[in-house]
Amino acid sequence: MKARITITLKPGVLDPQGKAIEGTLHALGFGSVDGVRQGKYIEVEVAESDPARAGAEIERMCEQLLANTIIENYAYELDAA
Amino acid sequence: MKASVIVFPGSNCDRDAAVVLKSVMGHAPAMVWHGDSELPKSDLIVLPGGFSYGDYLRSGAMAAHSPVMREVVSRARAGTPVLGICNGFQVLTEAGLLPGVLMRNAALRFICKDVLLKVERNDTGFARHYQEGEVVRFPVANKDGSYFADDATLDRLEGENRVAFRYCDASGSVTADANTNGSCHNIAGIYNKTGTVLGLMPHPERLADAALSGTDGTKMFASLVEAIH
Repeated sequence: MKARITITLKPGVLDPQGKAIEGTLHALGFGSVDGVRQGKYIEVEVAESDPARAGAEIERMCEQLLANTIIENYAYELDAA
Repeated sequence: MKASVIVFPGSNCDRDAAVVLKSVMGHAPAMVWHGDSELPKSDLIVLPGGFSYGDYLRSGAMAAHSPVMREVVSRARAGTPVLGICNGFQVLTEAGLLPGVLMRNAALRFICKDVLLKVERNDTGFARHYQEGEVVRFPVANKDGSYFADDATLDRLEGENRVAFRYCDASGSVTADANTNGSCHNIAGIYNKTGTVLGLMPHPERLADAALSGTDGTKMFASLVEAIH
């Protein structure tokens, strides 16, 4: 199965990169932009074909490595590979 | 005294750490490759600065799971002193030996300059050659040096006197101007509960030679040699 994982900063955590992107969007004329947060997108293919087991594996990967749960949330979708 | 310096792929301050350790111990430390699951008997373990794994994913995140780190964590929990400098501090937080996280500097710039630090306490093996409240000068060189922890953790760190160094001005005042990277409470370094694990973003090993115009860093290593003997 293929997992599509997004990792985002928790609300309230300072995101200077998001702010920098927001500033540049404003400079490009997108004046109505009122908030930008930057995250990460990671694709992981696992051999497991049972969605529940694959999901549990992906969650363990997120908890142990892919996300720093002090400052990041994670979410994922599973597709058949 | 036996010291081990852990070398990750991308570490680049391991040799500077080895040079200062050799000068204070009188013999060279062991250089231990991250892939080794065995760690020699060590009175001190140093996690050096650099860009382990290219800072991919998050600084220190993958290095924290290196084979050798299982043993480093076990020794740290059993009381072996561990010093994490810059990337080493990031590895210590990712490995769970110290709380909090090091984030992208608030101004988004790589900061490479000498900064002034206030020594918050001198009752640990790392700091006995400093005075409490002393202002020292160490170089910083990092892009992800902003220390963050939630309010409950910060309260705990302050309440347990676990802040080791704070960014300050020449008079020792802990001001916003002195905080070049947005770290919570101007924190530059913290101890674990027992004061035996220290993580700090500045580089004591880079100001440990009179020829480099400063030796404030030597005192940390000399303190450790004395504490261990």
